[in-house]
Amino acid sequence: MLEKLLTGPKRYYLWLLFLLCVIGLCALAYCVQVMTGLGVTGMNRDVSWGLYISQFTYFVGVAASAVMLVLPAYFHHYVKFKRMIIFGEFMAVAAVCMCALFIVVDLGQPHRMANVMLHPTPNSVMFYDMIVLIGYLCLNIIIGWVTLEAERLEVAPPKWIKPLVYLSIIWAFSIHTVTAFLYAGIPGRHYWLTAIMAARFLSSAFCSGPAILLLLLFIVRRLTGFDPGRDAIKTLATIIVYAMCINVFFYLLEIFTSFYSNIPGHMEPIMFLFQGHGGHFAWVSYFMWAAVIMAFASLAILIPPQTRTGKYLPHALIMLVLASWIDKGLGLLIGGFTPNMYETITPYMPTGIEITVAIGVYAIGALVLSLLWKIALGVKRDVNNFCD
Amino acid sequence: MNTNRRKFLKVAGLSAFALSSGLAGLGMTTEACAQLAPGKYGHGDKTAHAKRWAMVIDTRQFRSAEDYKPLIRACHEAHNVPDIPDNKNIKWMWLDSFEHVFPDDMNEHMSQRIKDSVYPLLCNHCTNPPCVRVCPTQATYKMADGIVAMDYHRCIGCRFCMAGCPYGARSFNFYDPRLYLPKPTNPRFPTRMIGVVEKCTFCAERLAQGLMPACVEASKGKILFGDLEDPESSVRKALAENYSIRRKPNLGTQPGVYYLI
Repeated sequence: MLEKLLTGPKRYYLWLLFLLCVIGLCALAYCVQVMTGLGVTGMNRDVSWGLYISQFTYFVGVAASAVMLVLPAYFHHYVKFKRMIIFGEFMAVAAVCMCALFIVVDLGQPHRMANVMLHPTPNSVMFYDMIVLIGYLCLNIIIGWVTLEAERLEVAPPKWIKPLVYLSIIWAFSIHTVTAFLYAGIPGRHYWLTAIMAARFLSSAFCSGPAILLLLLFIVRRLTGFDPGRDAIKTLATIIVYAMCINVFFYLLEIFTSFYSNIPGHMEPIMFLFQGHGGHFAWVSYFMWAAVIMAFASLAILIPPQTRTGKYLPHALIMLVLASWIDKGLGLLIGGFTPNMYETITPYMPTGIEITVAIGVYAIGALVLSLLWKIALGVKRDVNNFCD
Repeated sequence: MNTNRRKFLKVAGLSAFALSSGLAGLGMTTEACAQLAPGKYGHGDKTAHAKRWAMVIDTRQFRSAEDYKPLIRACHEAHNVPDIPDNKNIKWMWLDSFEHVFPDDMNEHMSQRIKDSVYPLLCNHCTNPPCVRVCPTQATYKMADGIVAMDYHRCIGCRFCMAGCPYGARSFNFYDPRLYLPKPTNPRFPTRMIGVVEKCTFCAERLAQGLMPACVEASKGKILFGDLEDPESSVRKALAENYSIRRKPNLGTQPGVYYLI
């Protein structure tokens, strides 16, 4: 099926070339970081994780969200998802690649990475995170490739793939649960020390991941004519709106517990995120309020069935993705480290180099995704499973 | 015989000796091998022993930040702690106000002396250290005597321990620390490399020589150091006779550093 990569319109090659250029430029920024150390980032002694780890967390969610297609299709035999399921699986592959890269760029001594395997440490959540992510990557590559191959040959997928699919469904929940455990088990970080963290992670993943998938598929539809199917889009939009409602609800639960209990440690991170410090908004406060507005605006469009699949669906999805990205990709880490261990404020803002390296990882993710989806689209076109 | 050839023969002879003795080592009994096995080191004769090392800082005897300066200098010089001027700095022992050191013990009205004083901070060498729990490579580990130690050569620089430590006791080398070393550097203690985490070691290397930790020695009796499991030890006696507090005891980490207030 790899031959599908070799043929394509001019803009396909231009797109690949563009991505390679971006990756190359951003790699230079990473070289600067490797040579001069993580001192080039905005991280510091008190805010010791930043943009990289938050992006890692966000994309674990995106990877896990493939299950929102796989689960209805395999547990509930919802056949209308079958056409686009491969795109969810391949997006999960790209997302896990990005997760791995975000961890690597965050390490102080990346060449010692193998120490995690050479000295396996079952009491560290990071050890399990490595196992579940590698496992999930393998599962999605195998399942995606085998089912696509079967589709290409127009035969039923081999029987042995079924147990792997079921395993991947449970596995998807595990990757984001374990990622939440990275945070939720740490004493003394008030914003993270909450039993609902894993549930929040999953709900935010299950709305934002499928939303990203739908948005990307809309682009693909415009570029290639591939249609995921009207009913499939409708069902996925319904799944997204349920997950988003639960996500917002869970966040409000956090706010209730923090403020009704009136425990300063629990209130302070939330107050910092939304109010800033000393009468001044922190830069993240603008983002947080924007996230609140976008979250409710997206719900206002997505909840009424009339507008859910109407022309404003892409706008609602974009707002939803941005809101969940701000919550998990910025607020989670900054709120966790601010106030710091001395109940004072140490500001954090990602630097240009940090953002450039992150864009590089995004570009690598986009490259992996483009190549995998190119194969999938090629096969779908060959077997006439392209549109209704 | 010219000198080069002589040098060569010398090196060759030494190498041959080293190799053959190494081979002989392989043939030894398993018991003997176990003694030489990598990572297994015994204690020297002079080593100071304890079941659980602990520190009691009598903050009443320090009047100002000036009084702590010699302790911090002794620590940082002994361990080649770099002095970096921004918030990416390295701290083994440092000072802060009561409300920052003990944020859970902050009464609205308290004695002026306590409010105005500064307090020393260092790694608490917890009985249940979260940093050890979260480290994915066992680069941070707890020794039998309660000291939480670090292997700078195994650390991958993931900084999970910094997120895990509720005391902010850990520092990451964002920059090359060797560019910021104190002068003169101490050749008896290793300097660290960029990209690894470090912290106070309770002077495990000095205890191995039978010496008290550098800050304890420099405090001239104002900081006590001893075995918490031994009822006759100086620390136990001080804790029995005085009111003491620890940082964030509600987290269950069981810090090994006590403050007499």
